[in-house]
Amino acid sequence: MGKNKRKISGTGFLLLITVILFAVMYAAGMIVFSDKGFAKPQMFFNLFITNAGLLVISMGLTVVMISGGIDISVGSVTALVCMAAAYSMENMGMSAYTAVVIALGIGVAYGLVQGLLVAYLEIQPFIVTLAGLFFGRGMTAVISKEMISIKNETFLAWANYKIYLPIGSYSRRGKFLPAYIYPTVVIALIIVVIIILVMKFTKFGRSVYAVGGNAQSAMMMGLDVKKTKLKAYILDGVLAGCGGFLFCLNSCAGFVEQAKGLEMDAISSAVIGGTLLSGGVGTPFGTIFGVLIKGTISSLITTQGTLSSWWVRIVLSALLCFFIVLQSVLGNLKKKN
Amino acid sequence: MKRKLIAALMATAMTAALAVGCGGNGGGSSSEGSDEGSKEGGSDVITVGFAQVGAESDWRTANSESMKETFSEANGYELIFDDAQQKQENQITAIRNFIQQEVDYIVLAPVTETGWDTVLQEAKDADIPVITVDRMVDVSDDSLFVSYVGGNFQLEGAKACEWLKAYADAKGLKELNIAHIQGTIGASAQIGRTEGLENAAKEYGWNIVAQQTGEFTQAKGQEVMESMLKQHDNINVVYCENDNEAFGAIDAIKAAGKTVGPDGDILVISFDTVKAGIEATLSGDIICNVECNPLHGPRVAELIKKLEAGEELEKIAYVDEGIYAHGADVAKVTVDGTDYEVTEVTQEVIDGRKY
Repeated sequence: MGKNKRKISGTGFLLLITVILFAVMYAAGMIVFSDKGFAKPQMFFNLFITNAGLLVISMGLTVVMISGGIDISVGSVTALVCMAAAYSMENMGMSAYTAVVIALGIGVAYGLVQGLLVAYLEIQPFIVTLAGLFFGRGMTAVISKEMISIKNETFLAWANYKIYLPIGSYSRRGKFLPAYIYPTVVIALIIVVIIILVMKFTKFGRSVYAVGGNAQSAMMMGLDVKKTKLKAYILDGVLAGCGGFLFCLNSCAGFVEQAKGLEMDAISSAVIGGTLLSGGVGTPFGTIFGVLIKGTISSLITTQGTLSSWWVRIVLSALLCFFIVLQSVLGNLKKKN
Repeated sequence: MKRKLIAALMATAMTAALAVGCGGNGGGSSSEGSDEGSKEGGSDVITVGFAQVGAESDWRTANSESMKETFSEANGYELIFDDAQQKQENQITAIRNFIQQEVDYIVLAPVTETGWDTVLQEAKDADIPVITVDRMVDVSDDSLFVSYVGGNFQLEGAKACEWLKAYADAKGLKELNIAHIQGTIGASAQIGRTEGLENAAKEYGWNIVAQQTGEFTQAKGQEVMESMLKQHDNINVVYCENDNEAFGAIDAIKAAGKTVGPDGDILVISFDTVKAGIEATLSGDIICNVECNPLHGPRVAELIKKLEAGEELEKIAYVDEGIYAHGADVAKVTVDGTDYEVTEVTQEVIDGRKY
């Protein structure tokens, strides 16, 4: 019991650092770039607007990583979902609702196949999802090598529906511009809340932690390890499909090169948010801040205006390094105690 | 417990150091920016946000440099430059950022032609004019961007074909069997340049023996050329839609034991005229190279000045583009009644170019 308590406090500690880091970075940005609009409320909401898809996809990765697995296929699933949605609406004349079903269907199929291979055939998740990555990107090109622009009215109405918020800012010309978000943000936040609740309060959520922490003892406790892993992958697949669709609402197009490297953004967000690659530790709540930190770094660098945008990657890599070292130090301390 | 406390302290110190490091970094370089900002407040410095595709080619780098040179502080501008690393989502983020920074103008070199409706609508709602360069954007409402600055790809194609026609006449070449290596299908450059060739082939009775995409890359250009040479032994002209494809094609031709150039078996026609491209034109490997001018900065600045003066803009503003050829067999070509001079490539011409 005591051991368990310490583990939780370690996780809590990592989480605290992530949250503080985000707050400090954002506050610094607001002070330093106050004349460049960084202090505007819209700047903050833009973090969510731009990263709505990534947020949902990172939730899936958090679950899979807690279960002890990994999924590097999510970027190409996103591309496939965008392309399939664009193709079905533009070239086959389907409705936007059908496109949603197709997107989720792709996600479920991915989760099911990858989950079965990982859980029941016990193949390395990295290899399985690497195959998934190639397959997704390849299939995207098979559907269409050309860019498809989505012109479906229902879809564009969803994508462009601004939800105005009661706060805002004055422009230089003295015009009041209310802050706004898109429906994608609302959907992403709802999904985040659901995942937080599922991971904290359901039997499935607790099983994922147990299986990821130590599959052997989870099995001895009578948990169905394979089934739990399969479920984690299916959930991850659904979230990838859903996140892919949100991504598509942001870009309104299907394109082979889309979302390249998104899986790495999702993994790094989860790690910065306190999820261990070795499994068993992490929280969806922390991942939110992982995503926000990534978004803040890129906004800071864009706002600065003269730094090469490769600095986003460099700062991210430094942060990743920092968090991994921190996790390892805490892990060693736990062992010694 | 003590250990944990020490660890906690250490970690906090590290975080603080990191945060200070980040903040300090940003502060150092940006405090200058904010000083300028406050000074500029009253004056009429024009802020331009430029969302560039990336730095994937020499052409792109020259394009970025042209913008940086034109929109310099000395010229009364503040340029916020964003390199999207070939990702559309990065460009969308950058434009949202420009809007919050309340830049006066947004210049966009789009990674893709589609998917801009939402974010350009946001720019329009914030009354920020958007000028697209290099590639067109495909949006449902044309008022989302004020103007497009770029090459006239169809004209480029037509220029190359007119040159070929004049050259063939001068040299007494009767039959032209053309291998056509296309660019990435769907790209504006591919569509325009292909149209130019197909129109000319129809008009002059040329024979296009093979047509396939080389995806604008050297490797693919070489692969396509190899297979075309195997299938057809009568090819005497290769029409490549950019320099990289031409380099690949030249390698393939040489590997197959054939020669290129004015006295060789095959004439290579290419586009873009990047540095290596014009050098190949000097040696004759590429017989004619039609420029795709990356120096968009001055043209964009011209449009911005017009907008500042409250003038209406034409929707499409083409940049001037030259024709570079090996030898002086053709002095000028005529397309749609307009004469275009052909520049014979010499070392001075190469040295005189900015890119």
